[in-house]
Amino acid sequence: MIIIEPPVRELMIEDAVNTFPDECCGFLFGREETDGTRIVIDILVVDNFKEGDKTRRFEISPIDYMTAEQHALDHDWTLLGVYHSHPNHPAIPSEHDRKAAQPYFSYVIISVLNNEIITLRSWLLNEEQQFEEEKIADYQFT
Amino acid sequence: MATVIIPTPLRKFTNNTARLEVGAGTIHDTVQELTLNFPDLKKHLLDEGGNIRSYVNIFVGSDDIRNLQQEKTSVGKDTVISIVPAIAGGSPSGFTKEELARYNRHIIIPGFGMEAQLKLKAAKVLVIGSGGLGSPVLLYLAAAGVGTIGIVDFDVVDDSNLQRQVLFGIDEIGKPKVEAARRRLASLNPYIQLKIYNTHLNSQNAMDIIREYDVIADGTDNFPTRYLVNDAAVLLGKPNVYASIFQFEGQVSVFNYKGAQGNPGPNYRDLYPTPPPPGLVPSCAEGGVLGVLPGIIGSLQALEVIKVITGVGDTLSGRFYIFDALNFESRTFNIRAREDNPVNGKNPTITALIDYEQFCGMRAVEEAPLKEITAKELYDLQVRGEKFQLIDVREPHEFDIVNIGGELIPLGTIVENAGKIDTDKKVVIHCKMGGRSAKAIRELEEKFGFKNLYNLKGGILSYIDEVQPELTKY
Repeated sequence: MIIIEPPVRELMIEDAVNTFPDECCGFLFGREETDGTRIVIDILVVDNFKEGDKTRRFEISPIDYMTAEQHALDHDWTLLGVYHSHPNHPAIPSEHDRKAAQPYFSYVIISVLNNEIITLRSWLLNEEQQFEEEKIADYQFT
Repeated sequence: MATVIIPTPLRKFTNNTARLEVGAGTIHDTVQELTLNFPDLKKHLLDEGGNIRSYVNIFVGSDDIRNLQQEKTSVGKDTVISIVPAIAGGSPSGFTKEELARYNRHIIIPGFGMEAQLKLKAAKVLVIGSGGLGSPVLLYLAAAGVGTIGIVDFDVVDDSNLQRQVLFGIDEIGKPKVEAARRRLASLNPYIQLKIYNTHLNSQNAMDIIREYDVIADGTDNFPTRYLVNDAAVLLGKPNVYASIFQFEGQVSVFNYKGAQGNPGPNYRDLYPTPPPPGLVPSCAEGGVLGVLPGIIGSLQALEVIKVITGVGDTLSGRFYIFDALNFESRTFNIRAREDNPVNGKNPTITALIDYEQFCGMRAVEEAPLKEITAKELYDLQVRGEKFQLIDVREPHEFDIVNIGGELIPLGTIVENAGKIDTDKKVVIHCKMGGRSAKAIRELEEKFGFKNLYNLKGGILSYIDEVQPELTKY
């Protein structure tokens, strides 16, 4: 299960909508509880480094990746994963996503349909190198 | 000892250690040492051939080893090596299951297939005019899966459109055509993008709008706009699929289309170097058109758009097609580029858009604002018992649904019934939303010089909202 704090969720959606019809991308930071529940506390928005069609592809530059690892270290957070948007496509990982996917990372996909309908889903790679959906918890204030 | 920084996703293979110490040597040695000590890392770092995977980047300091000596890059005792996973992905570039099912009858045509269907999906088409021709063009292009469709129209749906403009229904009367079109097309195909421009295409906005698209479909009904669309398409190097209709006759051609040879084909100015004198060729609004004709000609226009996008078949580029519905005769003429074409001939004199109203000999007259009355003001008139005439220009079936005591004279019969309209006291004219009554007032003012006509702002709907909410709205 992954918990995305509401302001963080807003930031991601804002990035996805502002970048539409291109794909946006960035990193997820937070902590992992002993039961495996992940809590996303902050994100780092990075540029879509892909040359060519950014409406269908994203790529994060290695320099941005190293920055993200350092960012996690500086804040004593864990780099939990990556988010990106699927403009006008469902929030389901594509074959491109699967091929390049890293183990352990949560892949949050934001589907933006005609720049207005937003759906968020999160995915994790299993041992067979296939994606399994990771439930996004409804955030509750306690 | 050199240091290797393990990225977060791979730390579960290194006992959650982020920094590892390795011996000096080369990157090749480092990777060997890592995979020997942590065998689970191997499949993430190396491919089946034992080479570093393409989506694994290795940095020495801040340099990618691809820019150094690759695997032979030397590793000193203070070197910091970072393993950086390539983070990439994207949405599916092909079709979803639902799209494949929808476009199946295209995909299975030999010589069309997936390739042509993907081209349709990637294409951006601008349809100028969403009336008689625009209706079938838009319906078929949307159904066919053209990925992005832009629609330009400034008009609102009118009763008199429904005899041929099959995009619209009675619920849309009085609403902007582009909005009604978008609703209809979105319900026909949710897998495409629709962009609407509720505006007159003019010399100021044409370049910016047309620039965004790959193919233009001109379904306009007047000469200034046709020359405007033609010139903008030629200046921007876009193919312009043209059609026009009048009474029982239709015309189709493909202008400025770059074929395999790479030279743009002839354009509208090669066919018609000068516009006809104003008033000589009546528009459909004045001369009429058989309702089914735009269905036929607009479908041919959609066909040519699809051929231009996909490259399947031979387009009408360099040819001009005429259909005579009355005798059921079709003719195709050849057309050639003229050296004296002012836009792309030998000595072009038009290098930017001009004033097309002036070019076609008609200066648009600035429309004077109409006199208006609000629902509240009308109510005050009624309450005060002041003498005035109330005229309802809607259709009888609308009048039967609800009326506010106006005298029924449908818009189409307003001119012949002008004698029934008072000239010596205030006359308030209304329809459902205010569009048709505005037309009626303009016509009456123009033809008979009325000066006492007031348009009910927002029509009967506004009156119901503000004065008599118990009445039926429709």
